[in-house]
Amino acid sequence: MYPIERVEPLNAEVTRMVVRAPEIARKIRPGQFIMLRIDERGERIPLTMNECDPEAGTVTIVFQAVGATTMRLAQLKAGDALLDFAGPLGNPTELEGARRACVIGGGLGTAIAYPQAKWLHEHGCEVDVITGFRTKDLILLEDEINACSTRQIIMTDDGSNGNKGLVTQALQQRIDEGADYDLVLAVGPVIMMKFVAATTKPYGIKTLVSMNPLMIDGTGMCGGCRVKVGDEYLHACVDGPDFDGHLVDYDDAMRRGVMYRSFEGAAREAAEGRDCNGGTDGERKGA
Amino acid sequence: MATSYEVNRQKEKTPVSELDPADRAKTFDEVALGYTEEEAVAEARRCIQCPNTPCVGGCPVGVPIPRFVEQVAEGNFARAYAIVKSANSLPAICGRVCPQETQCEGVCTRGRNGEPVAIGRLERFTSDWAFAHPEEAAAAMDGLREECAAGDELACSIWRGAEGAVSQDLAGKRVAVIGSGPASLTCAGELVKRGCDITVFEALHKVGGVLTYGIPEFRLPKDLVQREVSKLGDKGVSFEVNALVGKLYDIDELMEDRGFDAVFVGTGAGLPSYLGIEGEGLNGVSVASELLTRVNLMKAYQFPEYETPVYAGKKCVVVGGGNVAMDAARTARRLGADVTVVYRRGREEMPARAEEVHHAEQEGIKFLLLTNPVRILGDESGWVSGVECVRMELGEPDASGRRRPAPIEGSEFVIDIDMLVVAAGSKTNPLIAKTTPGLEVTPRSLIVADERTGATSKPGVFAGGDAVIGAATVILAMGAGKRAAAGIGEYLTQE
Repeated sequence: MYPIERVEPLNAEVTRMVVRAPEIARKIRPGQFIMLRIDERGERIPLTMNECDPEAGTVTIVFQAVGATTMRLAQLKAGDALLDFAGPLGNPTELEGARRACVIGGGLGTAIAYPQAKWLHEHGCEVDVITGFRTKDLILLEDEINACSTRQIIMTDDGSNGNKGLVTQALQQRIDEGADYDLVLAVGPVIMMKFVAATTKPYGIKTLVSMNPLMIDGTGMCGGCRVKVGDEYLHACVDGPDFDGHLVDYDDAMRRGVMYRSFEGAAREAAEGRDCNGGTDGERKGA
Repeated sequence: MATSYEVNRQKEKTPVSELDPADRAKTFDEVALGYTEEEAVAEARRCIQCPNTPCVGGCPVGVPIPRFVEQVAEGNFARAYAIVKSANSLPAICGRVCPQETQCEGVCTRGRNGEPVAIGRLERFTSDWAFAHPEEAAAAMDGLREECAAGDELACSIWRGAEGAVSQDLAGKRVAVIGSGPASLTCAGELVKRGCDITVFEALHKVGGVLTYGIPEFRLPKDLVQREVSKLGDKGVSFEVNALVGKLYDIDELMEDRGFDAVFVGTGAGLPSYLGIEGEGLNGVSVASELLTRVNLMKAYQFPEYETPVYAGKKCVVVGGGNVAMDAARTARRLGADVTVVYRRGREEMPARAEEVHHAEQEGIKFLLLTNPVRILGDESGWVSGVECVRMELGEPDASGRRRPAPIEGSEFVIDIDMLVVAAGSKTNPLIAKTTPGLEVTPRSLIVADERTGATSKPGVFAGGDAVIGAATVILAMGAGKRAAAGIGEYLTQE
């Protein structure tokens, strides 16, 4: 069992959870993920690491309660424990060598983009962080990101924070201002990553995106997490989860992403009917 | 031939009760119900106790088959179990999933004129009987040991098997076993008999490897697998689940930081192969291991009681001709699909066990042989809608000795479907190879290991099973696990 040490809501939809997993905390790097299962009936769901503390032996995850499993996860409290917590899975993001990076987080993706920004900042890279949210009440990790970025630009869809627009608009503006990025990293909804990649492509800026497909085992076995990259399908769990943003087929990823959507309602109903003892597919790591 | 019983001259195997095929299509309950005591005795008496015992040679772990069959024929079921168990650490599993028709039963003397003795069913019977009568079974093991101690030669020859493949005392030695499938469980079982301290590392949350995530419940009940695992636990084997070696630890760390004296790698062949044709990314298309993992490991057939869902269409094509293809086809059938297996060669060339093909047919699964998919078709929303196939004809034998299929030009046709499962084999996960300096692997990431000892190019590291030979059978993996245990025993005592 993996004890939960701390649970705190970051906003009305998003929860931060600190889990005791000393062996994983020792090894996990930005960009890598864990797979957890709440209990015997639970699904295995992948969640990309938000923070780790090797000394304290903890791994922090951030998730949005959108499907039955994450809704159930959000109800757990400090002192509860997760049955399974496996990792580190996937490959760490290749951050070495970047000098001027732009890290982009969309919604929940901000929680995953954060450790990347922090790592880059700690390794002497100049880091701009651009994040985007629906509205200002959903803004995540503003203080944490301030502490590890050269510049933080927060966009909202409704302009409620006084900065209406998309992350791609902010990115374009920074490029036009001569930011001269050598690395752009995007974590968020597939559609956002698609347009980030389209924005950087004319400039040939190296762009990495963190893909979040359906996943079952997370070790390369089931082939569920196939992502079309260039002409071939790769497995996000063992070949990713980061891929060259200019090669990913985003439309294909969006299409594959909805494959299990029709099951979500039944799962949520069953979970609620079981007195908070249920859950489902549908919610996945990242945004 | 000298038998202590009257030989049953019946040419056919004693039939075994099975769930009705019509009911089977709706349930994941085990299909074969196993012999009753009377049926087992009747079948065992079909063995003529021929002196050359080809069956023993046909068994990859050398079960003294005529000896245990004789005991079944006499109604001494506990003793029969003790004899089987001496040579085979997982008889309840092997009795169910071994390809007996190409092993022990394939060379059975009775099979020259009629059907061979149903050795697999008898093996299953003895282990199921022992599970229902644990005290008698344990007493029979003790009996065998005592007879050997008293100098009985036959008892000793059998007891040597029970004592295990490892002859050295390994108290105080620590071995890490990576993966928890049949090769690993066998290796761990053999080593723990000599007092070796064993930790098995499993990447998933449940132990058993392919026995747990791959082979379906209706062929191999998962309770039975967990029962065998817990027996190893009782003997002192430790299990660490959620531990993916190569990520959480690498082999050098296990040896240097965690103090293991040797490592056995039994990580299997878990990576799926694809057809490499257009449309494999369509929704409704999966590889067999996704379907099987959802259903077997995650119990998706009990969704939403269990939270993992599984997609099942109304009309499904399964591509492939092996046991995994049969498992996938029969699973899809149970999930409600009308299933057709498409295989590019003929019936003769199908690698699947005859019994599995037979069971699949009984359950209403159709076979389109000498047929190869060339393109998967999708609808405008990206879901699979059909598969274009081409008829094949067999030409000259290829390197594997099977006749090479070639497409017949102009014979293309389309099958309308809403589900397609690819069962085109599996490859070795390269993770261990990539993270273990000094470990020699083939270009296909298979670990290079000595056939006799399992020793790899890296001192102290042994390997066996599918990770070494590519996707094969449970029993071959067990044989390799057993030989590697002996190799590890030698290695640990020569230092």
